[in-house]
Amino acid sequence: MQNFQGVGVSPGRVIGTIRQMPKPVSEPPSGEQLAASTTAEDAVAGLKAAAQSVHDELKARADKASGDGKAVLEATALMAKDTMLLKSATKLINNNGSSAERAIWEAGASVSEMLHNLGGYMAERATDVLDVRARIVAELRGVPAPGIPASDTPFILVAEDLAPADTATLDPAVVTALVTSGGGPQSHTAIIARSLGLPAVVAARGVDEIPDGAEVFVDGAAGSLSLEPSEEQRAAALAWVENAATLAAFDGNGTTADGHLVPLLANVGGAKDAAAAAALGAQGVGLFRTEFCFLERDTEPTVLEQAAAYRGVFDAFPGKKVVLRTLDAGADKPLPFLTDATEPNPALGVRGYRTDFTTPGVLDRQLEAIAIAADETEAEVWVMAPMISTAAEAAHFASMCDAAGIKKPGVMVEVPSAALTSASVLRHVGFASLGTNDLTQYAMAADRQLGPLAELNTPWQPAVLRLVQLTVAGSVEEGSGKPVGVCGEAAADPALAVVLVGLGVSTLSMTARSLAAVGTVLKTVTLEQAQELARLALSAPDALDAKAWVRAKLPILEELGL
Amino acid sequence: MPERTATIASRSGLHARPAAIFAEAAGESPVEVTIAMAGSAADDALDAASILSLMTLGAAKGDVVVLRAEGDGADTALDSLVTLLETDLDAE
Repeated sequence: MQNFQGVGVSPGRVIGTIRQMPKPVSEPPSGEQLAASTTAEDAVAGLKAAAQSVHDELKARADKASGDGKAVLEATALMAKDTMLLKSATKLINNNGSSAERAIWEAGASVSEMLHNLGGYMAERATDVLDVRARIVAELRGVPAPGIPASDTPFILVAEDLAPADTATLDPAVVTALVTSGGGPQSHTAIIARSLGLPAVVAARGVDEIPDGAEVFVDGAAGSLSLEPSEEQRAAALAWVENAATLAAFDGNGTTADGHLVPLLANVGGAKDAAAAAALGAQGVGLFRTEFCFLERDTEPTVLEQAAAYRGVFDAFPGKKVVLRTLDAGADKPLPFLTDATEPNPALGVRGYRTDFTTPGVLDRQLEAIAIAADETEAEVWVMAPMISTAAEAAHFASMCDAAGIKKPGVMVEVPSAALTSASVLRHVGFASLGTNDLTQYAMAADRQLGPLAELNTPWQPAVLRLVQLTVAGSVEEGSGKPVGVCGEAAADPALAVVLVGLGVSTLSMTARSLAAVGTVLKTVTLEQAQELARLALSAPDALDAKAWVRAKLPILEELGL
Repeated sequence: MPERTATIASRSGLHARPAAIFAEAAGESPVEVTIAMAGSAADDALDAASILSLMTLGAAKGDVVVLRAEGDGADTALDSLVTLLETDLDAE
């Protein structure tokens, strides 16, 4: 039985057959000519046949799809046999003697660029042309089409890493688990898996070599993949199916065994997420990522447009707390009207609250929109700024909120300097929320997206836990009991959630899918036990030991397969 | 050469779903149909069956376009394509 070890990022135990995600189609060499044995006529005929079969395959998928996905697939299918694309490729074959692969590659590039330059909706379709081009080249070469394999039967997807665009075609009814050879715990694969509730393992070296169709056992908590599953593993997969049912329901009451209340909140990006989170029992929203209302926009949305979008989230939680984070653009979330794409080091650049230095006004208008939306709803609206580094920034943000009529201003603590000076920072605002993803990246000086740094990039790092402890201590020192919550991915890990509660964190906010698992585990420990586990984790020499030591004291995790 | 003018009725203009529906219909007609913005030279007309051409044409709701075709069945084909353009396909 061969075993592959990676980093577990989303729990679950499943057995299934694997399908490898095909490698991206490589560019045919520039200047590649027709083979001597092929006439231009044959090459054109071959190209047309390949285009037709790509069309037929996409059309067949469109017929099975529904809604927006169907419309996109139908349009993409038509692009495959589009005369504009094929005529320009045919010209390159006839006039320049280009190979069919190179001809369609170049034709696709120029059409895509043309659409890109038109902007707006057309620019969004530019990538569809590139996708069609890659599919035609794959067909000409006789290799599998790029992207998530189409299949009627469920499978475990193995890939190098997933891109955000892959999520659109990822059907959780067909893909039963995700395993990647690259990526880290904060990579897109991990975030996608947690939001879909799919078991997932990242940074598992060597899994690329497993042949399609191999039967494997994946343990998303242990971070392992095993070939030729044993009887115990088969039993564990069956038990998970039952556990998954109990772990799907959260009773809406986050508490320790001895009744210390820790409200469990949800991270949401818009009204749809918020409604789903409310249905899963979330006690409020601990992180409303407002940039999702802004993404894919070339210009700033108007105050009224923004107010309507915020209102949609507030209305899902009448009488409950909704913590809204002001625009967090920059780094991996660029916005054309706000951020400078040419910065050499965007994670350390003008991002989050800092965009107010370079583009003043956008934040004022956002606060105005929030105040309008807050006035019209029953939700208790709190507002926090991302990427606050100093007490002076906190004070300035609080004055901006005050001017807009927002009652409860707060800050994200994700820059180590804010954690280290939290007493001074908290004097100016009403609360703090720890963003553990960025706090970890900055404390460890390790880019969140990089697979090779996955071991550094975990909130189990004792240094990160120490920063959490110092932030809470700062609130105690400040003296008026201002709450310190956590809204990073750390809160979704049931073992780490217990440690965070032991460190004195007052609320935990996470992807709604994780609420039940965290709630279930939290109910099995007293506050004193959680404090004991927090001390244990802080005393560990490294992240691996911290995690292992805490998990060993929480046998329920193993029982539930978490 | 038979030609018709039509005013784009779809809310999103002649891209997205309306473009796909129109390109497919143009591709199925027995004659080759071209499309151009009203007032532009006939030489600049694009293949109406090409979804990519339609998208680069960039016709918005309310814009007037000219359809042209030649040969047997050209008139019938043009009439049915005009009807399609003057229907709000986004509403379906």
